[in-house]
Amino acid sequence: MTINVKKQGDTDTQIAICNEMTIYTALEQTNALSPHLKAEQTLQLDLSDVSEIDSAGIQLLIYMKREASRLNKQFSLVNHSQAVVDVMELLGLVSFFGDPIIISSNGNES
Amino acid sequence: MSDMDAVLVTFTQEAKELLGEMEESLLVLEDKPDDSETIDSLFRAIHTVKGSSGLFGFNDIVAFTHEAETVLDQVRHGEKAINDQLISTLLNCRDHIEKLVDHCIESSDQALPDELVSAGEALIFQLTGKQADDNSLAVLDENPESTVLEGMGEPGDLSNSWIIALEFKIDAFRMGVDPLSFLRYLKTLGDIQKVLVLTPELPEGGEFDPESCYLHCKIAFVSDEDKQTIEDVFEFAEDDCVINILPPNSKVEEYLSLLENLPDLHVQRLGGILLEVGVLTKNDIARAVQAQTISDEVNSDDTKPLGKILIEQQVVHPVVVDGALKKQEKIKQKVAVEANYIRVDSGKLGQLINLVGELVISGAGMDLMVERHGLSDVEEVAATMTTLVSNIRDTALELRMVPIGETFSRFRRVVRDVSNELNKNIELQITGGETELDKMVVEKINDPLTHLIRNSLDHGIEPPEQRLQAGKPAKGIIQLNAYHDSGHIVIQIKDNGAGLDSEKILAKAITNGIIPEDHNLTQQETFNLIFAAGLSTKAQASDLSGRGVGMDVVKRNIEALRGTVEIDSVPGEGTTFTIQLPLTLAIIDGFMVEAASERYVIPLSMVEECVEMNSGEWAIDEVMNYVNLRGVAMPYLRMAEYFNAERKAVSSDRQSLVVVRSGQNKAGLVVDELHGEHQTVIKPLGKVFENLRGLTGATVLGDGNVALILDIQGLIQTATKNG
Repeated sequence: MTINVKKQGDTDTQIAICNEMTIYTALEQTNALSPHLKAEQTLQLDLSDVSEIDSAGIQLLIYMKREASRLNKQFSLVNHSQAVVDVMELLGLVSFFGDPIIISSNGNES
Repeated sequence: MSDMDAVLVTFTQEAKELLGEMEESLLVLEDKPDDSETIDSLFRAIHTVKGSSGLFGFNDIVAFTHEAETVLDQVRHGEKAINDQLISTLLNCRDHIEKLVDHCIESSDQALPDELVSAGEALIFQLTGKQADDNSLAVLDENPESTVLEGMGEPGDLSNSWIIALEFKIDAFRMGVDPLSFLRYLKTLGDIQKVLVLTPELPEGGEFDPESCYLHCKIAFVSDEDKQTIEDVFEFAEDDCVINILPPNSKVEEYLSLLENLPDLHVQRLGGILLEVGVLTKNDIARAVQAQTISDEVNSDDTKPLGKILIEQQVVHPVVVDGALKKQEKIKQKVAVEANYIRVDSGKLGQLINLVGELVISGAGMDLMVERHGLSDVEEVAATMTTLVSNIRDTALELRMVPIGETFSRFRRVVRDVSNELNKNIELQITGGETELDKMVVEKINDPLTHLIRNSLDHGIEPPEQRLQAGKPAKGIIQLNAYHDSGHIVIQIKDNGAGLDSEKILAKAITNGIIPEDHNLTQQETFNLIFAAGLSTKAQASDLSGRGVGMDVVKRNIEALRGTVEIDSVPGEGTTFTIQLPLTLAIIDGFMVEAASERYVIPLSMVEECVEMNSGEWAIDEVMNYVNLRGVAMPYLRMAEYFNAERKAVSSDRQSLVVVRSGQNKAGLVVDELHGEHQTVIKPLGKVFENLRGLTGATVLGDGNVALILDIQGLIQTATKNG
């Protein structure tokens, strides 16, 4: 499984992404996440376990964010892993997602 | 080997020319230190010297010129100010380069002598020692901007950034292209200031295919790399991505200056020019040309120019395209102008002129035959021939005409160096540099001119204190002027110095026994004494002039060119030397006369008028030895008697008087017959006849006879003495 539903409720669903978010997992993750986005009012993705993220992964996140706002849902990202932070900073997408990023103590701020 | 030698000769010539240009530019810069055009031409000159030296493997020259070039490049970009000190150093560098060139040509296989090496090192130190200071300033100037950018904060100003637009194609991910990896790689080349991720094609709802790529990026990127290097980053993605790289605004200026300095060697296409300065890469051009072809097919009436397409594709700034187009136009013009010039060995021109001379002579011979045999039907053809021959003569002579300006400019350096040496403040003003005269005359007049100018510098212009005392501005002025005057060129050297001291000249001349004590000389004659051998009025001889030899040589040299030199001087106001020279030494329009069955040619430009004996307008006063022409007295000479003393002139009624003039002096020549105008090819007399008075040369007539060419100046002097 590439995602792990940690908590499910009508108002608050938290899903953790496991391992990686790359072109290899993108299709599976999309298919797994889409129903949640449609069903739940609030969706929170825990990115703490994302060891690797590539353009396809980022594109997926962008898509999710867009869809959520189109469907008037709450969508947020939490516990960004260092890999995610790096890429978001590289692409200048931090403010696009607008989620507070907590910099882990062992992470290098770039 | 001889091929190589010929090329080396060309190299030397070119190098000397460029060094001359360099000197001229430097001297102009002394007055106008901000003249960017002059700085550019200075830079180009030294750059070209470096380039062609490199071509021949003269590494010593390359190494040295490189330093000078670097400094000039800084000057050109406003990073280093030009001042008197730098100009002096650069002038010394110029001289040093000249020495290096000489060394390389004469003994290229030997190592550079120690003194040249150390002189070169000293100059480089002078050049670059200061460079270090100035450089640190320049770096400080540049730094603030880049430190701000490194701060990663809001990029205030994107004018320094490359704008890279990446439009990934839908299959990019499937092809294994990851936009992130390019960004990471890009980061190693410079500083990514800002990235904009755009997803204009991202579908909504279920149509989203996570394995398709919908990403577009706009990247603001700061880097010193050139466009090709940056494009190479995306080489791998070329097929799956539309890449547009727009150079930063700040680069525009750089491109424009690169365009400006592109060598004007051959006409290039717009794309080629832009490629050369690095505005475009080959891919940019390929795409633009492709677009051009497509639009051509769609709309065949109206082909869009490449520049327009490039601007539309946003790979280049409109300003740069404009600059490139202007450059292209300029090169086209220049190539057109250049194509009109051919370098010809002046020896060949001399040969041509000799042949034309022979043609003139045999043309005259033909005319004579036609006349003698009364061939009326040939007459017309002969007349046309004569006209053509005289046209050819004029054209051939014009080939050797060069403006005197180049010779004049050389004196700027002389004036500058000498006035520094003597602690005088002297300015050289040049007018009439465009006046043309025969190259041979130009070459031969150089020495006498140098001497006269040095003389004015040394003796003419007083030291500044003395000038101020006399109520004159401290700065002395020497004017060098040239103009055409009735078949002659007149060169004037005028200074506003102390003027000639006639008392001193007379005293000296009497001491040296040049004139008797009871002389009766006019002011003019007194001045002329300075041309006498062994007279120097300056008590102390200097390096430059005033050793008492020289002025007589000057006069002799000028006279050897069939010219004259006159002096005019007003005490306290200055001295003017006026040199009058014939335009050419080879062929003149002459006026032929006959006396005692000998024919003589007088240069037509010196003939004032001809009067017949029985006209009653003139009469010879045998006793007082003058001729009275309409109430004006002037000295005269009977040609027949002068050249053939024992043969008494056949006193006939048919005698004529030819009034000749040289400068201000006039005299009458009594001759038996007038033959009219004659194209005269001057054949110099041999060494044996060097000391003949009254003759300068000979010419061959159409019938094969020889006519002598009269030295009018000499004759006027003789006539004046007799009188």
